[in-house]
Amino acid sequence: MNGTPVGTPRPLVGITLDGKAVKVPEGSTILDACRREGVDTPTLCWAENLTPVNVCRVCVVEVEGSRVLVPSCSRPVEEGMVVGTDTERVRTSRRMVFELLASSVRMDRSDADVLDWMDHYGARPERMGARDEIATVAQPVKVQDDLYVRDYERCILCYKCVEACGDDAQHTYAIATAGRGFDAHISTEFDVTLPDSACVYCGNCIGVCPTGALVFKTEHDMREEGTWDESAQEVTTTVCGFCGVGCNLELHTQDDRIVKVTSPADHSVTHGHLCIKGRFGWQHAQS
Amino acid sequence: MPDLHFGGAEPTVAERAAVDAVVADVGPAIVEMTERLVYAGRTRAVERRHLLLPALHALQRAAGWISPGGLDHACRVLEVPPAEAYGVATFYHLFTHEPPEAADVVHVCDDIACRPLGAVDLMADLRAAGHHVRPSPCLGQCERGPAVLVQRTGGDDLTVTSAGVAEVSVAIDRGTSTASVVLPQAGSTDLCLLARIGVVDPTSLDDYLAHGGYRALEAALAMGGDRVIEEVAASGLSGRGGAAFPTGVKWQAVADQLGRPRHMVCNADESEPGTFKDRVVMEGDPFSLIEAMTVAGTAIGAEQGWLYIRGEYPVTTARLANAIAAARSAGFLGDDVAGSGARFDILLRIGAGAYICGEETALFNSIEGYRGEPRNKPPFPTTHGLFGEPTAINNVETLVNVLPIMLDGGAAYTALGTERSSGTRLFCVSGRVNAPGIYEHEFGITLGGVIEAAGGVTDGTEVRSVLLGGAAGSFVGPDRLDLPLTLEDTREAGLSLGSGVVMVFGHEDDMVDTVRRIAEFFRDESCGQCVPCRVGTVRQEEVLVRLRRGATLDDERELLDDLGAVMRDASICGLGQTAAGAVRSALDLGLLEGAR
Repeated sequence: MNGTPVGTPRPLVGITLDGKAVKVPEGSTILDACRREGVDTPTLCWAENLTPVNVCRVCVVEVEGSRVLVPSCSRPVEEGMVVGTDTERVRTSRRMVFELLASSVRMDRSDADVLDWMDHYGARPERMGARDEIATVAQPVKVQDDLYVRDYERCILCYKCVEACGDDAQHTYAIATAGRGFDAHISTEFDVTLPDSACVYCGNCIGVCPTGALVFKTEHDMREEGTWDESAQEVTTTVCGFCGVGCNLELHTQDDRIVKVTSPADHSVTHGHLCIKGRFGWQHAQS
Repeated sequence: MPDLHFGGAEPTVAERAAVDAVVADVGPAIVEMTERLVYAGRTRAVERRHLLLPALHALQRAAGWISPGGLDHACRVLEVPPAEAYGVATFYHLFTHEPPEAADVVHVCDDIACRPLGAVDLMADLRAAGHHVRPSPCLGQCERGPAVLVQRTGGDDLTVTSAGVAEVSVAIDRGTSTASVVLPQAGSTDLCLLARIGVVDPTSLDDYLAHGGYRALEAALAMGGDRVIEEVAASGLSGRGGAAFPTGVKWQAVADQLGRPRHMVCNADESEPGTFKDRVVMEGDPFSLIEAMTVAGTAIGAEQGWLYIRGEYPVTTARLANAIAAARSAGFLGDDVAGSGARFDILLRIGAGAYICGEETALFNSIEGYRGEPRNKPPFPTTHGLFGEPTAINNVETLVNVLPIMLDGGAAYTALGTERSSGTRLFCVSGRVNAPGIYEHEFGITLGGVIEAAGGVTDGTEVRSVLLGGAAGSFVGPDRLDLPLTLEDTREAGLSLGSGVVMVFGHEDDMVDTVRRIAEFFRDESCGQCVPCRVGTVRQEEVLVRLRRGATLDDERELLDDLGAVMRDASICGLGQTAAGAVRSALDLGLLEGAR
């Protein structure tokens, strides 16, 4: 369906990945190399349609000659680089990142692979202390309109929503990181409601959120009612009919009702991003 | 304004005037439609965004807070999205985003140097006397604590030292800060960097010239940039901010970036707990820094210099502003530096309460009007620094070393110190010593020698531990008093001179509380960008609080080890990477034993 662009051939760079000599195209990141070689590497803040911000640090690897671990998502490969992705230091840091996050944030609605990685690295967040005795980001959920729900108790501060709202997709800049340190949080100016902010309801923040902090109101309500059931959902791919751009839509339906709309991140037109019409303009289809 | 969305709040007359004054020299934003098409709309905005931090300062000073109307006005003028500007404003301790409770906010340092001097009681007394008090991290007045910063609405901020309730009230009534410090070594002929301090009038360019000022620049301009960098490289000068990177190598790398605009940045954001050396240099001899920056800037081919000073130094800032203005009117800065034909000028930028902005790439982001979050390295500042352009960034102490190198040559400079650590070092001596203050010694003096030179340990006290290098450094025991303080000896011992902090603790000091305060410092000062530091510093402090409440060390040791490992190995920048260092060293020294 999507055309594969044939770019200029790039010279290959030789690196050692977990003891194995491999060749990868110049300009690739270490993460690209890992994915190419089938080395499973956890990521939280990385997404193929966003600029890497390398803040979650869960993708770190050991690079010979480097004093500290290196974020694989943003470090380009260099000739002769010796990379270890499963060393003791790497495993400890990855496990700790998951433990630190899961001890302060509700992670149970994260993407399935996140939960698998936590299990793989043996994360035991409970050893940080009882939840009522340690600092967490617990707070009331924000329901301010009929389209979005923002449940920042589930926010791991991966910056993806800020990037999607800003430079990487929408150029709306309705939200940004505010505060500092553990108090850092995603916010509009002076925490005004989304309807009072610059938000245009494209839903691209929801599209990139990995932990269920930002969701469609439909999903939030169904989860509250206990009726949300992904195994009972179908995904139908279609093309948005609102204008002539040709955005691919994936309609997620449950019991013949549309419950969520996404777009594939690798689609050459949308790169996963939509506008308010494609994302939310489907009520007429089921009225 | 195209693309940006604003709320309905209006600025007050004072807020509008404050912001407009900041951009007065730059003029209003003119964005033609054709330009927007050509530049995709953002380039013009970026050119003005570096005025956001000064605009926020102007608003805070005018109104006592950053109000929605004031912020909106700044955003309209500078073309910054309000959500981003709010994110920047809430990043800094010294900006508030709720209506002020009082016209004057009294920030009391309750950090590790001022705590043993009664800072906690002082806060209670000041509150009882009706002041609006906020606890503060280290205010950089460690030789004369407890220290207070009075942040005023509509007026200049004040520094009050050796503060009691009476001193604070008098300072506010009169609107004057405590006078600058007297240098313990003043007048000594052994001094190299501090020679003029206490001797020269720091407000007078003429007096500076009469004491040998601007002879180094004259020599440098006669030599030319290449020779200047050669001499600096030959001197073996290394960075005094903590990382000890060779200055000549850094300058050469920037000078090599031909054809690109280059920047010379002075990092005067000294905020490491226990550190006050740069303040003493800048207050006592401000022209020397301006001269040194000019030498550096002209040598590397930078036309723009930026001096970024922490927001808690009002007296120092005023001295520097005066020195820059005087140097500019005398032709030592501007389009024709000292008649050489070279262009170089300096903009003063003031931080607003954020230790992290002393990290070089966070400092760039702060100047550019973004949150002071460190960038990932590589790329390094020498190729991608301020505004993404080649930048040499040096600490104050590093820069003033350049003056004797220009006057006497790099080879002569190597006669000072040891073979691998040339020159002198400024030490910030505080805690249980008789004469705390800044001391200049050649590299190679022992730790015990530094303490002796500061009058020795106070009577009746025995050294239990010394914090070496600051909160990002390590505690060492009395068995280390014979350690020669050089780069090579400290490195071999697994230590760092850091920012030159030597803080002495005796058996009467509550070490568990001191270590807990260090953990609290890192928790408060983490920018929050990366997980290991944002959550790790919180969990580390929680462990220390539990220890103080009687938890057993053995139950917490594994967690402390893991927290230390992830922060050291996986944090983005030096803050997180060193946040567990002092705690670790305290643990190893047994300072946390018998917490209860």
